[in-house]
Amino acid sequence: MKTRGKKLDGVKLINRERAESVSSQKQYIPIYAVMLLLMMIYLVRLWHLQVLQGDSYRFQSENNRIRIEDIAAPRGIIFDRNGVPIVENRPAYNLVIIREYITDLDMTIRELARLCERGPDEFFSIIEANKATPKFVPIRLVSDMDRDCLARIEAQRVRLPGVVIQLDPKREYKWNGTAAHIIGYLSEITEAELKGEKYLGYYSGEDIGRVGIESSFEKYLHGSRGGRQLEVDAVGRRVRLLEEHLPIAGHNLWLTLDMDLQKTVESLLDDKTGAIVAVDPTNGAVLAFACSPSFDQEKFIRGLSKDEWFALSKDPRHPLLNRGCGAGYPPGSTYKPFVALAALHEGVISSSSTFTCPGYLEFADHMYRCWKEHGHGSLSVERAIIESCDVFFYQTGLKLGVDRLAQNVAMFGLGERTGIGLQGEHPGLVPTSWWKKQATGIPWQKGETISISIGQGFDLVTPLQMALGYAAIANNGKLWEPYVVKRIEGGSSNEIDEIKPRLKRKIPIEQCWFDLVKKALSGVVEDPRGTGHLIRDPVVHIAGKTGTAQVVQVAQGANRKLLEKLTKSKDRDHAWFVGYAPASDPRICVAALIEHGGHGASVAAPLVQKVIMAYLKNAEKPLGE
Amino acid sequence: MMDRRLIENFDWSIIWALLAIICIGLLSIYSALYHQIQARPTNNLFVKQVIWFTIGFAVLAGSLFINYQRLRSLSPWLYGLIFLLLVVVLAVGKEVHGSKRWLEIAGFQFQPSEFMKVIIVIQLASYFSSQEMSSFPAIKKLISPVGFVVFPVLLVLAEPDLGTAISLMAIAVTMILFVGVRWRYLAVFILTVIPLIVPVWEHVLKPYQKRRILILLSPDLDPLGAGYHIRQSKIAIGSGMLWGKGFLNGTQNKLHFLPEKHTDFIFSVWAEEWGFVGSAVLILLFCLLIFLTLRVATRSRDRFGSLIVVGMSALILWQAFINIGMVIGVLPVVGITLPFVSYGGSSLITLCLAIGLIENVSMRRYVFQTH
Repeated sequence: MKTRGKKLDGVKLINRERAESVSSQKQYIPIYAVMLLLMMIYLVRLWHLQVLQGDSYRFQSENNRIRIEDIAAPRGIIFDRNGVPIVENRPAYNLVIIREYITDLDMTIRELARLCERGPDEFFSIIEANKATPKFVPIRLVSDMDRDCLARIEAQRVRLPGVVIQLDPKREYKWNGTAAHIIGYLSEITEAELKGEKYLGYYSGEDIGRVGIESSFEKYLHGSRGGRQLEVDAVGRRVRLLEEHLPIAGHNLWLTLDMDLQKTVESLLDDKTGAIVAVDPTNGAVLAFACSPSFDQEKFIRGLSKDEWFALSKDPRHPLLNRGCGAGYPPGSTYKPFVALAALHEGVISSSSTFTCPGYLEFADHMYRCWKEHGHGSLSVERAIIESCDVFFYQTGLKLGVDRLAQNVAMFGLGERTGIGLQGEHPGLVPTSWWKKQATGIPWQKGETISISIGQGFDLVTPLQMALGYAAIANNGKLWEPYVVKRIEGGSSNEIDEIKPRLKRKIPIEQCWFDLVKKALSGVVEDPRGTGHLIRDPVVHIAGKTGTAQVVQVAQGANRKLLEKLTKSKDRDHAWFVGYAPASDPRICVAALIEHGGHGASVAAPLVQKVIMAYLKNAEKPLGE
Repeated sequence: MMDRRLIENFDWSIIWALLAIICIGLLSIYSALYHQIQARPTNNLFVKQVIWFTIGFAVLAGSLFINYQRLRSLSPWLYGLIFLLLVVVLAVGKEVHGSKRWLEIAGFQFQPSEFMKVIIVIQLASYFSSQEMSSFPAIKKLISPVGFVVFPVLLVLAEPDLGTAISLMAIAVTMILFVGVRWRYLAVFILTVIPLIVPVWEHVLKPYQKRRILILLSPDLDPLGAGYHIRQSKIAIGSGMLWGKGFLNGTQNKLHFLPEKHTDFIFSVWAEEWGFVGSAVLILLFCLLIFLTLRVATRSRDRFGSLIVVGMSALILWQAFINIGMVIGVLPVVGITLPFVSYGGSSLITLCLAIGLIENVSMRRYVFQTH
C-alpha cells in the first residue's frame, strides 16, 4: 500500500511540472494584453493633449493663469412672523492679496498698511503665518474694511498688482440686541471645530452660529459655498470665467415672534433685570421672548477683543444669560394654581372645602407665616387663589404629600425641558422625595412640603415653562411644545416647510376643575380683593396670578415690611406675574419675571398687562398676509 | 562563495531599463524642486532623493544574497510583523495632512503600508505554490488568500490611504487571476457584488462620504480642489507639445501651479519639459521594464519564483499606469506615486526590493534544479 502511494505521488509531481510549463506561457498573455492596451490608450491621450490640443494649452500656460476664487454663501435671512426681516446680510469688503502677482511684496505691504492706517508689522505677521500656503492662494489681510479705507485702496489698486478687494456677505442684526437671546449670534469657526465631524464642509474663516436660533438652525441657515475658476492675465486681472459653481444661500427662517410686540416688551424691561415670555395658548408659538439686560450681537460679528469678552462674561448682571429659559427661579405664588389643580384632581380637597387662615401655620415647632399678617380667615380654594392665601396651600400641600403634588404638577411641563430647541435650556425642578434622597442623601422633611406648596423651597421654574403651564390651564389641559421658527424656506428646490404645532400632552384633569381654577384666576384681577386687581381693565378681561418669590429666608417673627425697606436690592424678592387674555377666549399668555423686583402685583403685573394690551390691540388690525 | 552561474544569470537588461527610468526621475525632481535647490544647494529633497537611491541600491544588492526559497518559511513571520506595524501605525502613527501613515523609529520615518506591498506578494506566492495547490483552485482554497489581502487593505483604508489600498488590491487580484479563477466563481462574485452597490450607496454611506467618492470619480464637482489640480496638470502636459519646452523651462512647474509636483504629479513635470516624445519614451520604458521582468517569470522553473516575479511586476505595472492615468486625466486622482520617478523614500526602497527579488529569482533559475 505504501509503495503504491509513493508511486502515485511521483506521477502526480511529474504531471504537475508538465502542466505548469505548458500553462505558463498562456497565463502571461492577459498581463501583456492589459499592458499594451493601456499603453495605446495613454499614447493616444497624450497625442491628443500634447499634439492636437498642444497649441491651446501652450497658450494657456504662457499667457494666462488660472485663479480660483471662493464665493461665500449668504446665510439664510430671519424674518418675524409678519415677514419683517430681523437678521439680514450686508456686503463686507475684505482686503486680499495674491502673492503670485506681486513683484515687490515688501513695498506692497507697506503701501497697503499706509492706506489702511495700520502698522505694517500686523500684515507681515499674517504673511509669515501663511508662508506655507501656495502663492496662488489669496491671503486675507483685513476683514470688513471701512468705506474710507476701501476708497483709498480702490483708487490705488491699478498700481498694486495682486491686491484684490473681495466681497463677502456679513451678518447684520437690524435691531441689534433685540431678541438677542433667542436669535443668538455668530463667531468664526475654530480650528478644533473645523477638524470635527459636526462641521464637515466648512472652511476656515467662516462664521457659525453660537447660541439661539443661529446655532440650533445652523444646518439650515448655513448655505453651501460656491467657487469659480478664472482665467487671469500675468498680473492677475480676470480674462475669462472658466467654470463657476454658484453658492447656495442658506434657508430663510420665519419666526413666530412679532417684532412690534418684541420691541414693546423689551422697552418695558429696559432698566430691569428679568424676562418676559409670551406664547400663543392655542398652539405654543412663542410671540415674544425678551431677556434683560441684552447684549450687542454686532460686536460678536466684528470680533470681540479679549477685554471686551472678559467684560461681557464677567458683567455682574450676566447679559449673556437667557433668563427666559436658561435659568430656574422659585415660582412663588404663581405655583398655587397648579397645586390647587393637583389637590382637586386627587380628591384631597373639593370646591367647597375650606381651611382657616389665622396668619400662620404651626407645624413641628415651626411657624409658617401667611403673607397677610392677621390672616384671611376661613376660605375655599377659589378665594385662596384670588387672595393668594399661603396657609390654605400649606394645608393642601400637607394633605397631598410631596410625591402626589410633583406627579400632577409635572404634567404641566414643569421640571422638564420644554423642547423649544435652544441651547442650554434649564429643566427647572419639581422636587420629589426620591429626588431629595438622591441629591442630598437626607430624607424628605414634611416641613419642606409646606414650602414647596407655595412655590418656595426647592421649586425652580423658567418663565417659558410658566407661560406654557398657564397656557395649558387657559386651554383646558393642552400642553404645547413651544416653537420659535414657524417656516423654513429656500434651499435647492425653494421648498417651504411649515412647522406644525406639536401637542406635548393632554392633561387628564377634569374640565370642572379647570373651570374652577380659571374662574379664580380671573378673580385675581377682577375681584376687588384679588392680588392683581391693580391691572384690571374694563375692556380686556385678564386672568392671571401674582407671585413674590423669596430669595432670602425671612427669620421667624421678623417684621416683613420693615425688612423689605432695609434690604439691599439683590436680596429683594423676585416679582412674578403670569396671565392670559382675554379670559374667556385666551389668545396670549404672558409670564413676567423681574429679578429682585419686589412685589409681583405692583412690579410684574403691570408689565404683563401692557404686553397683553399691545398684542391684542395690534391683532385687531388685519394682518398683511 | 557566489556560484558563477548566479552571476551569469543576473539579468542586466532590467538594470539598464531601470537606470533609464531613474535618470528621468532625477531630472524631473531636479526641475520640480529647482527653486528649493537654488535656495539650499546642500539640504534639499533632491539631495535626499539621491541618498534614497543609494540606500535603495544597497537594498537591491543586499537582497540578491539571500536565496528566495528561504522566504517561503520566513513569509508568515514577515507578513505578521508588517501586519502588526499596520495596526501600530493606526494607534501611534504620525499624522500628516489628516492621515496616519508614518511610523518613526530612531528618527527614521517609514510607511509600513509600502512594505506590505512586497510582503503580500511573497505571502500569496508562497501560498499558491504549495504542494496541494493546483491551477484554478477550488473556492475553499481561495478563502485564506482573500483574507491575507482584505485585512491589510482595511487597515490601510483606515489610515486613510486609498492609493496604497488600491495598489494592494490590484497586486492581489493580478496574482489570483494569474493562478486562475474558475469562470463560475467570477460570475458568482460579480453577480453578488453588483446588486449590493445600490443599497450600500443609499443606506450605508453618509452624505459626505458619497460626495468624496463622487469628487473622486468626477473632479469637476470640486473645481477648487481636485478639479483644479487636474486642470493644471493637463495644461502642463498639453503645453509641452511634441518636443517639450526643454529642461528647466517648464513654466507651469516653475510658477507652482502644479500641486504635489515632485510626488504624485511628477509625470506632468516631465511631460511639460520633454513633450510627447519624452512622455512616450517614459511609457515605453515602463513597458520594457515590465516585459523584461515578466521574462524572468517565464524562465523560472518553479512556481514560487515565477509567482513572486509576477507579483512584483504587477506592483510596478499598476502603480505606473494608475499614476500616469490620473495625471493625464483618464483615471480619478487617488494618490499613487510613479515608481522610481516620484520623490519618496519608503516607496523607493520597496521598489528596489521588488527589483532585487526579481533578479534573485532570475539568478537562481537553474540553481534550484541542482538541489
